[in-house]
Amino acid sequence: MIDLPIVFTVLMGAAILAYVVLDGYDLGVGMLMPAAGRDEQNRMVASIGPFWDANETWLVLGIGLLLVAFPAAHGEILGALYLPVAAMLVGLMLRGVAFELRIKAEGWHRELWNWLFCAGSYLAAFSQGLMLGRYILGFEPGFGGWIFSALVGVSLCGGYMLLGATWLVLRTEGELRDKSAFWARWGLGWVALAVALVSLATPFASETVRERWFDFPRTLGLMLLPLATLGAGCWVWLTLDKSDWKPFAGAVAIYVLAFAGLAYSLFPYVVMDSLTIWDAAAHPSALTFMLVGTLIVLPFIIGYTFYAYRVFSGKVRGGGPYG
Amino acid sequence: MEEALLLARAQFGLNIAFHILFPTITIGLAWLLVVFRIRYERTRDPAWLGTYKLWVKVFALTFAMGVVTGIVMSFQFGTNWPGYMNKVGNVAGPLLAYEVLTAFFLEATFLGVMLFGMNKVSGRMHVASAIIVASGTTVSAFWILALNSWMQTPAGHVFDNGVLIAGSWLEVIFNPSFPYRLAHMLLASGITASFVVAGLSAWRLLKAPNDPSALKTLRFGVHIAAVLVPLQVIVGDLHGLNTLKHQPAKIAALEALWKTERGAPLTLFGFPNEKEKRTDYAIMIPKGASLILAHDADAELKGLDAFKDHPPVAPVFWSFRIMVGMGVLMLLLAWSGSLILRKRTPRWLLWAFAGFTFSGWVATLAGWMVTEIGRQPWLVTGILRTADAVGEASGAELGASLTGYVLTYGALLISYMVVLTHLSGKGSQ
Repeated sequence: MIDLPIVFTVLMGAAILAYVVLDGYDLGVGMLMPAAGRDEQNRMVASIGPFWDANETWLVLGIGLLLVAFPAAHGEILGALYLPVAAMLVGLMLRGVAFELRIKAEGWHRELWNWLFCAGSYLAAFSQGLMLGRYILGFEPGFGGWIFSALVGVSLCGGYMLLGATWLVLRTEGELRDKSAFWARWGLGWVALAVALVSLATPFASETVRERWFDFPRTLGLMLLPLATLGAGCWVWLTLDKSDWKPFAGAVAIYVLAFAGLAYSLFPYVVMDSLTIWDAAAHPSALTFMLVGTLIVLPFIIGYTFYAYRVFSGKVRGGGPYG
Repeated sequence: MEEALLLARAQFGLNIAFHILFPTITIGLAWLLVVFRIRYERTRDPAWLGTYKLWVKVFALTFAMGVVTGIVMSFQFGTNWPGYMNKVGNVAGPLLAYEVLTAFFLEATFLGVMLFGMNKVSGRMHVASAIIVASGTTVSAFWILALNSWMQTPAGHVFDNGVLIAGSWLEVIFNPSFPYRLAHMLLASGITASFVVAGLSAWRLLKAPNDPSALKTLRFGVHIAAVLVPLQVIVGDLHGLNTLKHQPAKIAALEALWKTERGAPLTLFGFPNEKEKRTDYAIMIPKGASLILAHDADAELKGLDAFKDHPPVAPVFWSFRIMVGMGVLMLLLAWSGSLILRKRTPRWLLWAFAGFTFSGWVATLAGWMVTEIGRQPWLVTGILRTADAVGEASGAELGASLTGYVLTYGALLISYMVVLTHLSGKGSQ
């Protein structure tokens, strides 16, 4: 008999990782908007145009799987994160709607929507980091917990900026590509600082995490993870001037490694220190029915997602909003 | 607690009402776009291309509004109604998951191809993308209405050691009210979209009377509406009879039938008075309700006195009358419009259609009020009370986020309508 909660933990984790990487680059592009000129802004937006709707759908899938596979945890997590969630939703709404409206607007209206597009991206990114921070600490009350969470929020902004900048290196050319490489270096520095701070702070903030990571001789093997992350960071830095795709691949690798570290810190809790995936899981009948559907449909989703990325591969040129 | 329940309901009601505005347009508009796109593929007439390009912009904006407000919904199930997932999550969850898996990704991905891919994929593939997006919106409606109908008329579930699970998924999905509700909603969407198309085209014609493609789309929208509205009358009637069978208390509330009686009168108008259990200033047709609902003038109808739990009367009563009244006006306008537009385009008619651009929203929202308030005090009929599902968010938290939502939604709705009028005012050239 397969362990259904484990299967759904893997699926949910994959969906959330897909969301963070995919929506991360388009939120990052939104955050970089003020640094670019008017014509460049249009190309930046065009580079994410065909994708952002679908990227956001991974969030719905991730949250949907949490809701559906671990209903007890969904209520507890989202109840505890009520205000950051509301802030993130307002941010995502502003961002998504501004995306459509700025295309149709002219003059100062367009400037206003550009500004809201950028502000919405920051608000969404920061709130997501805030949620992650609260989540890691098991929603511990107190001032220290919020400081830690705000730190994670700022870090995630830097992380999305790195993803967005390397995405632009991949998808644009000329002066904008070079500017993006410059932004990516800033983003990388920001991420390096933030990852170091968060990695140092987390074991202090959470006893569970401390015990997981500082248990010799296991610690020696675990050190491979930060070393690999460092390697990925160096790879991004060194390839920025030479390659278009390698920096983005490196940035994605940083996310995958950080996610792996996070998963290791948490497992098997779905609510830190209080609820395991087995406690929170839905009834096997519901999980089985969903698993069947997921196994049939997911290959198609992955297939046509690849198709869409192939259709819109290559450098973005100018031209109208809808090509 | 009372206050938090009220705020939680107000907030969720606001969100879901705001959300449904946009899918109501996109489900129908997606299929109209398929028609526009295929006509261009067949005729190569640039007017159809212009029409397609204009309406795909409207679609993209509306779709984006639907996506972002839909994400809010996926969170609020947990934040506002944790008891809901705890009690019926094993049934509700998979239906929602199937919607995401089979519809959301499909729509979102191929919308990208539809919007940005015209010069990157073959004409046939582009038509196929339009069809896939339209199918996706309809599949999405299928799952969400399966879930909503199950909450109204639950079937196919069993209890396993006190835990509610699905016994038969087919019975859960095809529960007694589902076919009626799905048909009712899909028609509502088709009608709403055709009035939006007709209304915005009329607006364009008021500004540029000689725009040939605006005249084409005006006629197109009006004709579709003239066919769909009478169909909706029939489906609505069948849906009502189905409700009488499965949720008689809802019917008693919407007809303001206070007492069980034979040959019950039909109240056309009046002011339901919940305290005194009567309708003030009522205008009634003797035996009318029995005739309409049981198709027999002397049939006995159950009144509100027959039910221990029944919904609040006034909101259901009023919403129903708004829905029906709007439907009658839309029917008259669509029919007279399709007659007159054969020969002439008088300005008063253009103004009338422009004024009725969003009439489908009014009717649809009123209809959802009838069915959702009509289900109270239950969240899932006979299984879970709304009061037992509410979360622990404090009144202050709810109030703060509600204010945020109201401000955001107000700004978004105004921007949306301004941009739509602006786009259509410029026309397809």
